[in-house]
Amino acid sequence: MDDCPPGVGHKVEELTTMFTEKTLQEVREGKKRWEKEVEKARRQKPERKQRFSTGSDSEIKGIYTPDDIKELDFARDIGYPGIFPFTRGCQPTMYRGREWTFRMFSGMGSAEDTNRRWHHLLKEGETGLSTAFDFPTLMGYDTDSPRARGECGRCGVAIDTLRDFEILTHGIPLDGVTTSMTINPPALVLWAMYLGVADKSGINWDRIGGTIQNDMLKEFIAQKTFMLPPEPSIRLVSDAVEFGTEHVPLWNTISISGYHIREAGSTAIQELAFTLADGIAYVQDIIERKKLDVDSFAPRLSFFFNSHLDFFEEIAKFRAARRMWARIMRDRFKAKNPRSWWMRFHTQTAGCSLTAQQPYNNIVRTTTEALAAVLGGTQSLHTNALDETLALPSEFAATIALRTQQVIADEIGVTNAIDPLAGSYFVESLTSQLEEKAWEYISKIDDMGGMLAAIDRGFPQMEIADAAYHYQKQIDDAEKVVVGVNKYVTEKETPAEILKVDERVEERQIARLKEVKAARDNRKVAQILNDLRAASRTDKNLMPYVIAAVKEYATEQEICDVWRDIFGAYRDPGYY
Amino acid sequence: MANSGRKIRILVAKPGLDGHDRGARVIARAFRDAGFEVVYTGLHQTPEQIVAAALQEDVDLIGLSCLSGAHMHLFGRVIELLKENKVDDVKVIVGGIIPEEDIPRLKKLGIEEVFLPGTSLEKIVGWVRDNVGLRG
Repeated sequence: MDDCPPGVGHKVEELTTMFTEKTLQEVREGKKRWEKEVEKARRQKPERKQRFSTGSDSEIKGIYTPDDIKELDFARDIGYPGIFPFTRGCQPTMYRGREWTFRMFSGMGSAEDTNRRWHHLLKEGETGLSTAFDFPTLMGYDTDSPRARGECGRCGVAIDTLRDFEILTHGIPLDGVTTSMTINPPALVLWAMYLGVADKSGINWDRIGGTIQNDMLKEFIAQKTFMLPPEPSIRLVSDAVEFGTEHVPLWNTISISGYHIREAGSTAIQELAFTLADGIAYVQDIIERKKLDVDSFAPRLSFFFNSHLDFFEEIAKFRAARRMWARIMRDRFKAKNPRSWWMRFHTQTAGCSLTAQQPYNNIVRTTTEALAAVLGGTQSLHTNALDETLALPSEFAATIALRTQQVIADEIGVTNAIDPLAGSYFVESLTSQLEEKAWEYISKIDDMGGMLAAIDRGFPQMEIADAAYHYQKQIDDAEKVVVGVNKYVTEKETPAEILKVDERVEERQIARLKEVKAARDNRKVAQILNDLRAASRTDKNLMPYVIAAVKEYATEQEICDVWRDIFGAYRDPGYY
Repeated sequence: MANSGRKIRILVAKPGLDGHDRGARVIARAFRDAGFEVVYTGLHQTPEQIVAAALQEDVDLIGLSCLSGAHMHLFGRVIELLKENKVDDVKVIVGGIIPEEDIPRLKKLGIEEVFLPGTSLEKIVGWVRDNVGLRG
């Protein structure tokens, strides 16, 4: 369809090769000589494996040469940072101009507990905030809901009303630091709370920056914090984008995510393809539903990728992602503003790569994953703590994770040259391969009618289920090594202190919720919820109603229940 | 332990709001490949729904998965409801993100075995073969 695979749409430009025929001849002759040496070496001792492959099972050869990238055109495919197709980075100076944001995902227990951790991380040098909410909050339930029993504060912070949010952000200058919030079905509610706190602090919305994840497509595919069926879910997503375009210019209103797709078990290629396909679906939907010009909102779309174990495959993935999105935005959606072609992304090191056994090894895994993200040109980075497989991060472990970024940024010299691996025969070849395979997936999804249709028939979900099962079999068969689990196994050690969420958090939160409900103007809340209900049945932008509701201390669930009542709840189809 | 040609039936369930289902889904498939009959409930099941499904599907084993930290309450509630329904011959095994120090408490409640991260599929399937017989 309208995607732009390499070569198409560039008929007018003259393609130049990077290597002369003479060079390529020499390369090929040299390779034959090397292959003879390889044969000799193999006869002495066979290679360690029959087949070497990336973490995602793509075969890797022993050697890469100019011959492997002979079809690449420097200007068309590699180029310069800040210039289409941005393979080497979206900003022209990258880390020489500005380091990536050290943005540590954190949240636990009560708003007070999390505020304390936030202040600690800021003091230790993180440069952006990132909010982890508990499951009731993620799913649009209040702490006093029967569905929330036992869940309060366990995997993130409990937020029921604006009151909690005020405590959460206490002492944080909203015009001095940007905040990301990992929140999906109730994204409008939490964003409204943020805007509400800004109002109370006298800070104009055009001076606050941040991100709401607000990416429902990947919820149905992977993260599974869903609430409403797909169509109304996407409507809410687009309401946030439209509102941000008009009122909160520095806000990233979607974080189109691959992280969770990868965590659910996908390959790197699937992560790349499904994320971009989700992006295509959002751009298409917003143009059609909101009648917005693509350049009016595209610059504020952001992305979020995983950085998994295979070092080079991940670097190649990030570079391919930028190049592909640039081509999609310019050539498929005809965006004119170069900022619309940029792919800005946050990265998180792969939680699923960490082990419960010998957890200190996780520091090493997180370090190499972080390094891959940096060499891949990420704008923002979260590094996992060593104890993530056991509990929420302890302060000790979270600080080491932050220091990991700081050492990479300041001590090892990888931020001096921009996209230092460009031109590597191996890395460029891998980048092109990933791109090619991802286009195949995107084409397939286009043929199905787009991502919503693909989700409806279970396509990405089953691809992920197959990949996850295959990955586990590889580990069980020791085809994939996991140090401490199927190789180098020893008596396990446990870190000195694992974070424990106070058992009383839940009852205190319920008590606070009761207080807030008693103290607020309940008639006003009821009125505003009615207005929200009426507006939700039309195609009005719902953000103003949600903002009005949170300011009167309507609870998150009260707002979400309005939508559940109208649109129904989505049931997990249970693919495996 | 299987003697009548009937396959062992296992309910794999995700209690609570936790959406981390990679492990549960992989295990469900492993059970299926191992020749067991699998009923996978999908996500967001209340303990009531899980026990109802276990009864309705007449399973021999229940497997619960929880990675959200809410396991003590949720697993405990399932055990409680099984007792209330006078079900005493269906074992319950669990997995997820469970601190080691919680394991003795879970076993005391009646959880048969706890499988922590890093456990191989072979080990879990092997446990079922060795420990689960057909009911009735």
